[in-house]
Amino acid sequence: MNKLTWFGLGIVGFFIIVAIFAPMIAPYNPGQIDIENILTPPSSSHIFGTDSLGRDLFSRMVYGARISLMVGFIAVGIAAIIGIALGAIAGYYGKWVDAIIMRFIDIMLCFPTFFLILAVIALLEPSIINIMVIIGATSWMGIARLMRAEILSLKERDFIYAERAIGASDLRIIARHLIPNAMAPVLVSITLGIAGAILVESGLSFLGIGVQPPTPSWGNILSEGKAVMGAGWWMMLFPGLAIFITVLGYNLLGEGIRENY
Amino acid sequence: MELLKINNLYKTFKKHRVCAVDGASFSIFKGEVLGLVGESGCGKSTLAKLILRLIDADKGSIFYKGKDLLNISRNDMRKTRKDLQIIFQDPYASLDPRMKIGKVIEEVYDIHKNVSERDRKSKTIELLETVGLGETYLNRLPSELSGGERQRVGIARALATDPEFIICDEPVSSLDISVQAQILNLLIELQKRKNLTYLFISHDLGVIGSICDRIMVMQSGRFIESGSYEDIFKNPQCQYTRTLLESAFLP
Repeated sequence: MNKLTWFGLGIVGFFIIVAIFAPMIAPYNPGQIDIENILTPPSSSHIFGTDSLGRDLFSRMVYGARISLMVGFIAVGIAAIIGIALGAIAGYYGKWVDAIIMRFIDIMLCFPTFFLILAVIALLEPSIINIMVIIGATSWMGIARLMRAEILSLKERDFIYAERAIGASDLRIIARHLIPNAMAPVLVSITLGIAGAILVESGLSFLGIGVQPPTPSWGNILSEGKAVMGAGWWMMLFPGLAIFITVLGYNLLGEGIRENY
Repeated sequence: MELLKINNLYKTFKKHRVCAVDGASFSIFKGEVLGLVGESGCGKSTLAKLILRLIDADKGSIFYKGKDLLNISRNDMRKTRKDLQIIFQDPYASLDPRMKIGKVIEEVYDIHKNVSERDRKSKTIELLETVGLGETYLNRLPSELSGGERQRVGIARALATDPEFIICDEPVSSLDISVQAQILNLLIELQKRKNLTYLFISHDLGVIGSICDRIMVMQSGRFIESGSYEDIFKNPQCQYTRTLLESAFLP
């Protein structure tokens, strides 16, 4: 692994640790309002400053990491389950099964995803669970295509014929032999997908239809910061940097995995 | 006793517009080693896969002990697979690269439940010893094995179902010359000991001549000649067979 991959892994690992140990790392309660200290710039008592309600920005960022990573992991987890299953079925069974699944993927790819998510969120209520499910349900197509392509080449290999010859069921062949051997490129896609999901969540929250205040997420901190941009630059700088660095980390890690396979 | 009877088997690959197997008919008798010889790409491996229903034939019938394999239920077919096995040409491609050797064998027992859970491990070791490997191989991956060792694992896997009939699809042609002889000897010894029936596919007449009771010659999807060792080697009828003989290094 090269240095950039380690760097990516370091960033990803750092934010995961921050998210897990948020209550120990955050110096203040992220919801604690302090009217006397509204919009104070970064200082020794509030290292990232405070927001327009006097809440400690650093503590909110730390808890926001939890939300961002959770949305990233679970949304991509949902996408991976759908994508791997449909891709494997399409690739293995071929013929009309493949044709139907591939056309469905083409249809899904036609929609501008972000605006589809916007429309769905407008109809449902914007909750964290809804956001995760919707991001997952609209981002599985790339994984499915990769999976299908891998399976198409793997299923003609002799060891798969050997499995059939010893009487293995289709389910066993797909789940125990094809999918594990096809995971490498899918893993890259999953890693990059986490970055994408974090970005979408931030975008939605920034627009005010993602994670709802007072629950802190990097996106809605940014959104609150936008209102006081002139008076509190730190409200936009730190969450923006956090999103930027996290996405960079996942992208570097994904590229690193790709090069190593 | 007639073990397998193949009637008029056809297979065309539409994408490539090739008729890979063009009306094959023959019988295989219990306990014999039937040789199938022909140049690369003449349809030998396709025929092997058709017989085991690893790919589906367009037309024809395959009778195994009177049962038509092309017209039985999926469930029956999976049970019948126990009796019909195959050893592949390329031992690098025929093992799951992520699966440990012990698991390769245990999976067969897991599917067919022909060995109780308790005996699986000892049976696996016993089988590995039968093919000249041993307990130390249980936890190794295919990538840690040589070509000859992998082919032995392939043979062990085929034997794990306790089959009657094994198709050997060029089992030695991708191995070193010295290893070829070892694997051939192992196959012959197993055939004698377990009274197995082989369909032995090869493009190497030397190999075919040394182990087969009967020989069939195949060219572009058709059988053009068949007979005993004497018929084919001493008195070939077809020009193609003569060309094959001339191009072979025979002892």
